Amino acid sequence: MSSGTRTLVSPLTLARPRGKALYWTVFTAVVLLFALAFLFPVYWMVTGAMKSPDEVTRTPPTLVPQAWHLSGYTDAWDLMDLPTHLWNTVVQAAGAWLLQLVFCTAAAYALSKLKPAFGKVILGGILATLMVPAQALVVPKYLTVADLPLIHTSLLNDPLGIWLPAVANAFNLYLLKRFFDQIPRDVLEAAEIDGAGRLRTLWSIVLPMSRPVLGVVSIFALVAVWQDFLWPLMVFSDTDKQPISVALVQLSQNIQLTVLIAAMVIASIPMVLMFLVFQRHIIAGISAGSTKG
Amino acid sequence: MKTASKPVVLPPAAVGAPEVPRSAGRRAGGPWRRRLADQSRAYAFLVGGLLCFALFSWYPAIRAVVIAFQKYTPGSPPQWVGTANFTRVFHDPEFTAAWRNTFTFTLLALLIGFAVPFVMALVLNELRHAKAFFRVVVYLPVMIPPVVSALLWKWFYDPGAGLANEALRFLHLPTSNWSNGADTALVSLVIVATWANMGGTVLIYLAALQGIPGELYEAAELDGANILQRIRHVTIPQTRFIVLMLMLLQIIATMQVFTEPFVITGGGPENATVTVLYLIYKYAFLYNDFGGACALSVMLLVLLGLFSAVYLRLTRSSGEEYS
Repeated sequence: MSSGTRTLVSPLTLARPRGKALYWTVFTAVVLLFALAFLFPVYWMVTGAMKSPDEVTRTPPTLVPQAWHLSGYTDAWDLMDLPTHLWNTVVQAAGAWLLQLVFCTAAAYALSKLKPAFGKVILGGILATLMVPAQALVVPKYLTVADLPLIHTSLLNDPLGIWLPAVANAFNLYLLKRFFDQIPRDVLEAAEIDGAGRLRTLWSIVLPMSRPVLGVVSIFALVAVWQDFLWPLMVFSDTDKQPISVALVQLSQNIQLTVLIAAMVIASIPMVLMFLVFQRHIIAGISAGSTKG
Repeated sequence: MKTASKPVVLPPAAVGAPEVPRSAGRRAGGPWRRRLADQSRAYAFLVGGLLCFALFSWYPAIRAVVIAFQKYTPGSPPQWVGTANFTRVFHDPEFTAAWRNTFTFTLLALLIGFAVPFVMALVLNELRHAKAFFRVVVYLPVMIPPVVSALLWKWFYDPGAGLANEALRFLHLPTSNWSNGADTALVSLVIVATWANMGGTVLIYLAALQGIPGELYEAAELDGANILQRIRHVTIPQTRFIVLMLMLLQIIATMQVFTEPFVITGGGPENATVTVLYLIYKYAFLYNDFGGACALSVMLLVLLGLFSAVYLRLTRSSGEEYS
């Protein structure tokens, strides 16, 4: 199994009978621990929603529901108006993703290849925002969104209040810029000689070459909006506009436990599904992105 | 010597440069106008992103500082009040509690949220089977929305039907008040945060461990070092930089904790879990005191900005920027 890379314990030690026995003991222990710590809570949530309201609060708890009710899930869907909140979340995440791709890619392309005047200063200003802890700025950001300077409109209760601030993502922009920097200038010049304009070059040369980094940025952008809580809590006071994360907390007080748990499961499904589909890329991205540091 | 075999064929651009009719019409009018056209095109690409940064990053950062010195209620013109916001916030009994809780939370998160993933990564790296499975499972909680993990643990901590006490009873241990006890609430929240965020840390450590050259372990073993000595003299020095980086990132992240206390404890019991960010939220949305909220924000901003500066300086000086 090990492809010749030596770790803390040598393959020789592991090959001995005692080493083998110890290895399998540790292995089993880790499997059990992981199942208990990370899979069991998920199991508990999924099945807890199917218990009867009486059974879910019983002590000692039942490991398997005595009778399987789907009503927790259907009630959550209807009573908590989940379709609306899920749709709101989808709209918010999709818009933030799209705007981020359009504006961040364009800006990164300009900074990387078009040599704008003051480009260095602008890049520095963008990178400086990495130093500013995002959450510490939510209140002045809220005031700005509530009353945009010069045009004096409010983006509160408007998906634009999520979309536009999401574009100001220095990390994603820098990731894109760094990737574009690696694209040789000759390739772009060749396209230009063939008569392609800047936009055409970006669209048909740069973007197809950047598929991996666009994938990473897309995943980051979608996850960030889906998981966020404090900012949408501030932006959407209007219940009908709230994403699922905010709605869950607002509704958690006055709702039956099984229904709440069912809603929690439903809220988790999209992200968990996305993770299971793209796990290879997500995990590779996390592992690669940090070891270089 | 690879350079010797480099093709000597000139690229077409160099060969026919003067004759190429590239954008001949557009570019007429001298170098100055050409440069202006280039610039306007470059800025056309930049303007969207630039506006968003200006509006939602730069402007709020400046505004936080300005409003910190103003009496500010939306709808009426702001008044300058000097440092009154700071003194008022400072004398709020919750102020001390919030900072103490935030520091304690960060410290505990470092102790628990640091040792546990490190040991986990160390063990996982030794396993030869089912590695992909472990990686997926440990990252699963990270993908569950933070609000859901907070609600999930709130349910676990429930004094009546909670699983946490049930587990203690099963092990014949005394039960705890968990998030409902003034002295245990903060630790309970740290456990939630650690459970929810550990996946990323474990994966980063795993990658770092895989980068350690095997010869180092071999040499140490030949010198008679046992496993603990190998960890101490090979593993830890080799991963020191990553550990330091993650520690700084974790300090910056955990000092902005909000979701867990808001959802699980509501800041209670007896202000035991009010954090600085929670207090900022309260000042803005409960007391409608934006001056106070911004004064607090500025304090948090300055402190965390220092940590970020150290972090960026270190990543830069290591020769490799974040990529």
